[in-house]
Amino acid sequence: MTTRISRRDLAARVASDIPEGSVVNLGIGAPTLVADYLPAGLEIVLHTENGMLGMGPAPAPGLVDPDLINAGKQPVTALPGAAYFHHADSFAMMRGGHLDVCVLGAFQVSAAGDLANWSTGEPGAIPAVGGAMDLAIGAKDVYVMTDLLTKSGDPKLVAACTYPLTGVGCVSRVYTDHGVFDVTPDGFRVRELFGDNTHAEIASLLGLRLEA
Amino acid sequence: MIDKTVADLGAAVAGIDDGATVMIGGFGRAGQPVELIDALIAHGARDLTVVNNNAGNGDTGLAALLAAGQVRKMICSFPRQSDSWVFDGLYRAGEVELELVPQGNLAERIRAAGAGIGGFFTPTGFGTQLAEGKETRRIDGRDYVLEYPIHADIALVSARRADRWGNLVYRETARNFGPIMAAAAATTIVQVDEIVPLGALDPEAIVTPGLYVDRVVAVGERAWLRDGEFVGGVDIEGRRLTSEGDTP
Repeated sequence: MTTRISRRDLAARVASDIPEGSVVNLGIGAPTLVADYLPAGLEIVLHTENGMLGMGPAPAPGLVDPDLINAGKQPVTALPGAAYFHHADSFAMMRGGHLDVCVLGAFQVSAAGDLANWSTGEPGAIPAVGGAMDLAIGAKDVYVMTDLLTKSGDPKLVAACTYPLTGVGCVSRVYTDHGVFDVTPDGFRVRELFGDNTHAEIASLLGLRLEA
Repeated sequence: MIDKTVADLGAAVAGIDDGATVMIGGFGRAGQPVELIDALIAHGARDLTVVNNNAGNGDTGLAALLAAGQVRKMICSFPRQSDSWVFDGLYRAGEVELELVPQGNLAERIRAAGAGIGGFFTPTGFGTQLAEGKETRRIDGRDYVLEYPIHADIALVSARRADRWGNLVYRETARNFGPIMAAAAATTIVQVDEIVPLGALDPEAIVTPGLYVDRVVAVGERAWLRDGEFVGGVDIEGRRLTSEGDTP
């Protein structure tokens, strides 16, 4: 059996790579957990697509403010130094390359850095894209946080995505429960493997050649 | 004298025609002009094309407008949510059309309409299904998709305060689509918590200048505010908490 780390440990691992001073957007779902592990005392500015920089943690229940929410429409707080802006400005910040890091979930990431995370292409499903395509191209570094394999054991790191694309050649690094992989011009390169996982084991699980 | 204030919600939505394209502000429930939407339901205009980030939450606001059968088409980025059962049912029954737009392209298309831009090249969506059939161009080594503005007949917007010229200030993330929708529509109708005297808003802090605004109606302070200050005591849907110790 290969070593897998928990979703929370993975969030902590992602958080440890985010330097002070970064402006960061955390996608809906698992990436939101990264906020819990950003070191206290470091000034890292969280951006939320619905119009705020300097987003803080959830409020106490009696202090929920329906005007102050995150991209997942959950209640949040504003830290000292926070700023509000309208939607076109918020997405101009992404598109214009002003964010340092964006952390997203994925269905699949290809060796060329293509991302599929908005649709499984399932017939009859109601399509919804939200800010996914903007976020995919919306930061200097686009990190994906995901399991290495689907629940049924299929690799999520693939030679070419079979699900509908969110963005082309946009992912710079993939943090998985088995290890961390950089996307390079030569494909995935192993950055770190957790526990006793070996290069050969992971390459075999994925059916991919991995750069050392 | 310029006075854009109207006496009540009925007067605010008067004259909205069947078949109109209506931009409705808000991101989920934040900034959703629920009172104006209720007035539009009472007004009864049908066959509407509605532009909003989502497609309704729960059974109120935009969801209620959809349930009333007044919407022919939704232009939005994220219709499918845990509480979007009204839209889900109509869409599956083939009773409402959907144009799905990536959120930043939606915002920029709205902004472009208000700014007199005839179209723009955006990197968002390039190489995806949502750009199929659209013109593309490579500029300085980066690939872009041509997108066109979204104009509207009407914008319904919620803001915190207005003066009689229609100058607006918003509150927190309830600002979201308000400023760009106000600029993009032929007629912009705004509900505010309160209308203040001309000169009472700090010119440095006005987000939407009044030239974008046609009608303003006061609907009273949100349940989580008192005399302009946040007091809390509500859930995320703005319903007052009743359990002991949670009330302010």
